[in-house]
Amino acid sequence: MARRIKAFFAFLYDFVIGDDWRIAAGVAAGLAVTYAVSQTSVPAWWLLPVLLVFLLPASLWVATRRK
Amino acid sequence: MGAGIGLFIAVFLACVVEAVEATTIILAAGTARDWRSALTGMTVALVALAAIVAGLGPAVTALPLRELRLVVGALLLIFGLQWLRKAILRASGYKALHDEEGIFAAQLADAKSAPRRRLGSVPDWYAFTLSFKGTLLEGLEVVFIALTFGSNAHNIPLAGLAAGCAVVLVAVVGVAVRAPLARVPENTLKFAVGIMLTAFGMFWGAEGAGAHWPGSDAALLVLVPAIAVFAVGLVALLRERRNRTQAPAPARESVPATEAG
Repeated sequence: MARRIKAFFAFLYDFVIGDDWRIAAGVAAGLAVTYAVSQTSVPAWWLLPVLLVFLLPASLWVATRRK
Repeated sequence: MGAGIGLFIAVFLACVVEAVEATTIILAAGTARDWRSALTGMTVALVALAAIVAGLGPAVTALPLRELRLVVGALLLIFGLQWLRKAILRASGYKALHDEEGIFAAQLADAKSAPRRRLGSVPDWYAFTLSFKGTLLEGLEVVFIALTFGSNAHNIPLAGLAAGCAVVLVAVVGVAVRAPLARVPENTLKFAVGIMLTAFGMFWGAEGAGAHWPGSDAALLVLVPAIAVFAVGLVALLRERRNRTQAPAPARESVPATEAG
């Protein structure tokens, strides 16, 4: 039973987090900041596009640095 | 109208990719083992999927839209960035290309070496299980994509139609050729799907978190091409860097078809 639960969580981690945990962490942080900014009078829509501009190259840089 | 076309294309392309992977597994099980068992496994999995859709569908549509958009947007953005990351690494030569023929050959070799065991009315339990698991896992991804895209865009019928068209198209071609769908430009498709998932995930995630896009739905018409241009630019940069360092290209990749991306 414990083995199956462990396997399920391993599957879930692989399914949601994938190869680079920084992407999931970055998206979670980006959405949290978007929520915080949206509670003010400042527009918040631009935060996720800016996050993409930094997050994707950073993840690629980490992946290619090892090659 | 534009958002509807975008929704149809995104769901259709994503589901084609998943359906190609499921078809590869079913074909391997049928070719190497027993067609009757493989097709029974596929049918039982489809019935299980229908039950999941019947159970989950109303539950998903009953969720409050803002929370749904936040959760689905976050998941789509994570999936999209993962797909895009892999697609960029493949296109720039840093990662081996996804090879449906190689996967088919590996599945075939595994299937041939497994012992044959009859269970009830199923002549070959191995072929049944292989086909059932492949169809269920890839099918769950199709269901997830269709339900979440459809409910977010208030158009589950259109998302369902796109998913259905993709599955039927791939199934018909798969049955007709009875060979791995190697001619489907899967790596290119995954690049396009990564862009779509990222754009829709960003759009819905931001809305779910309380942001308002300038131009509302029309913002997607800017997001999709902008992300595509950015991704192509990253491929060009990585290719140039790779050429400078002169690293040899990796061999084609024959990972299990159930692996995402």
